Amino acid sequence: MPTVQLFVTCLIDGFSPEVGRATVKVLEGVGCEVAFPDRQTCCGQPAYNAGLAADAARMAAATVGVLDETEGAIVLPSGSCADMLVNHAPELLAGTDLEEAAGRVAARVRELTQYLVDDRGIDDVDVACDATVVYHPSCHGLRNLGIREQAERLLDAVHGVERRIPDEVEQCCGFGGLFSVELPAVSAEILRIKLDQLEATGADLVVGGDLSCLLHIEGGLRRRDSSMRVCHIAEILGGSVPS
Amino acid sequence: MSEPVTFVERSARTLGSHGAAANLAGARRFTEMRDGAVADYRPLEAMRDRARQIRLHTLANLDRYLEQFADEVERLGGTVFFAADATEAVDHVRRIARDNGVERVIKSKSMISEEIGLNHALEADGCRVVETDLGEFIIQIADDRPSHIIAPAIHRTAADVGHLFADRLGVPFTDDADELNRLARAHLRAEFLEADMGVSGVNFGVADTGSLCVVTNEGNGRLTTTAPRIHVALMGMERLVPDMADLAQMLEVLARSGTGQRLSVYTNIITGPRRPEDPDGPEQLHVVVLDNGRTRALSGETAEILACIRCGACLNACPVYRAVGGHAYGDVYPGPIGAVLTPALFGLDPWGDLPYASTLCGACRDVCPVRIDIPRMLVALRQEAAAAPSPPFGWLRPGLKLYTAVATRPSWWRWFLAIGSLLGRTLGRGGTIERLPFHAGGWTRYRSLRAPARRSFRAWWSNRGA
Repeated sequence: MPTVQLFVTCLIDGFSPEVGRATVKVLEGVGCEVAFPDRQTCCGQPAYNAGLAADAARMAAATVGVLDETEGAIVLPSGSCADMLVNHAPELLAGTDLEEAAGRVAARVRELTQYLVDDRGIDDVDVACDATVVYHPSCHGLRNLGIREQAERLLDAVHGVERRIPDEVEQCCGFGGLFSVELPAVSAEILRIKLDQLEATGADLVVGGDLSCLLHIEGGLRRRDSSMRVCHIAEILGGSVPS
Repeated sequence: MSEPVTFVERSARTLGSHGAAANLAGARRFTEMRDGAVADYRPLEAMRDRARQIRLHTLANLDRYLEQFADEVERLGGTVFFAADATEAVDHVRRIARDNGVERVIKSKSMISEEIGLNHALEADGCRVVETDLGEFIIQIADDRPSHIIAPAIHRTAADVGHLFADRLGVPFTDDADELNRLARAHLRAEFLEADMGVSGVNFGVADTGSLCVVTNEGNGRLTTTAPRIHVALMGMERLVPDMADLAQMLEVLARSGTGQRLSVYTNIITGPRRPEDPDGPEQLHVVVLDNGRTRALSGETAEILACIRCGACLNACPVYRAVGGHAYGDVYPGPIGAVLTPALFGLDPWGDLPYASTLCGACRDVCPVRIDIPRMLVALRQEAAAAPSPPFGWLRPGLKLYTAVATRPSWWRWFLAIGSLLGRTLGRGGTIERLPFHAGGWTRYRSLRAPARRSFRAWWSNRGA
């Protein structure tokens, strides 16, 4: 049984532990032994995003330190945090004692659907979900790690799922991390455009691989009293979609 | 009303405006045309690699190519003037106009002209200056500012232009684009014939032949550079390619990325002024090569931004540009390219917040014909801006510092989650927070927020085995 290290991400840890539990269920369902290094916190993306390189480097160093002591694939239910560890932590830690460790960690990091499809060749986890869904490919996973098709294949194999594709599917939802509070009006206008396109599909559910974008989309849907809901792809694959 | 100095203030003016809707529609149209053009262009990725290589090679050897280019232009009978800044460039063009008794000036599209503010200076000297690119003409008669690199009037609908023409040109109202085009052409024809001086931009200067490549879709560039007796070409210092073969490579990606065309309708390659055996053409050719911050940009983290060929694709793809339009970026270069180029050329003061005008989604890098890693440069500029005494969005600083302290101490993190959960659930009703205090209120002004969980994932995990 392959051992995988779960890096659950700060948002899932604090806001939506059910996504973490679903991730564990999916991974155990495909025969993984799941470990959770409990000294993990945040990958450092907020500080990186704000231009605070030294703070981001400290958080990246802490994360790399915790993960480098472990073995096996490091699986994250987030493309954005995976991107941080794959692409930016090594850049922040270049020239430090942790440079090599950052490289080793980066090589082991996989976003959940990437791990299932690319590493394990699994594109059907044999679950059911009666829903019309749209998949929102979050930007960092999509553009920096090449994640979209993996998630779509897994979703298409879910019994009962009908997947629709909104216009301009690869356009950003406007979250952008701290951008959403630095420039809230701009962020909200980008979200408005995205929500119009998502709602136009008539789907019940917006499915994504990043809780951050999903919370943003959910927050906008609530404000417009939409009947559309959001869920993380791990929740669908874990068979635990709230109804 | 004074000009707002921050992106927040400027975008507040443009968001939700009439122009913003036209802007979004225009950006979508361009994106569709671009995507259509590249979809069936199989060598695209190889061509982008090649184009990037050419541009980076040119930048790495810019001094040599500039010297070669200037020598060739002069050998052909033209002049070359290296302007250190906008004032030098403007003064030089004014001098050419004055020395030659120029009264009427026509212009084809030039971003450099916008960058140096040439029109008003020439007008102050008593010249009549007429823009001949349709978009620029609209902007000029509306006394507006361009909002897009290749479609300056993208924020105006055909109906807006129809009303403008009726008002300023005394023609009957129409919102038919072809008819508007015809009206502008009829109006401009006489201007072309009576002008003493034509001012153009330069898409590419070819170093080994001293040629100037000017691409347009309306033919106005050809008339501007050939009909008047004097041609003044304004070129950014970085806009060279080594030779004609390289030029051909660049043209492969320029129009496809910008307008979705395989090639622009008019590709002019101008090599020197009129020769004795030529039946017509300008008697004088003056090339103004503008530095204006480019040397400085070349030595910084953002040097690669000078590889840009001004196709405008990054604007059209950018969610922020689509939402706010070009005027929110303040200076002449809008969108992702502007968010890097403006501070790179003119400094982070007062442009320090422009690099924050991005979600870092990476759509710009996806479409860039020379693969400029704009998100990476935006982050590099944010790091530079964050080191300033009063950094942009500095109110986030204490919170982020505290967050770093907590996130680097696992025992504190546990408490942080517990306290956050308690506070969040106090603020929330029915699992949702509708109002957050302080700056976090920016989120809840437009969006609800799911309340934190009662029990964190790690709390669940630690009890799992028990």
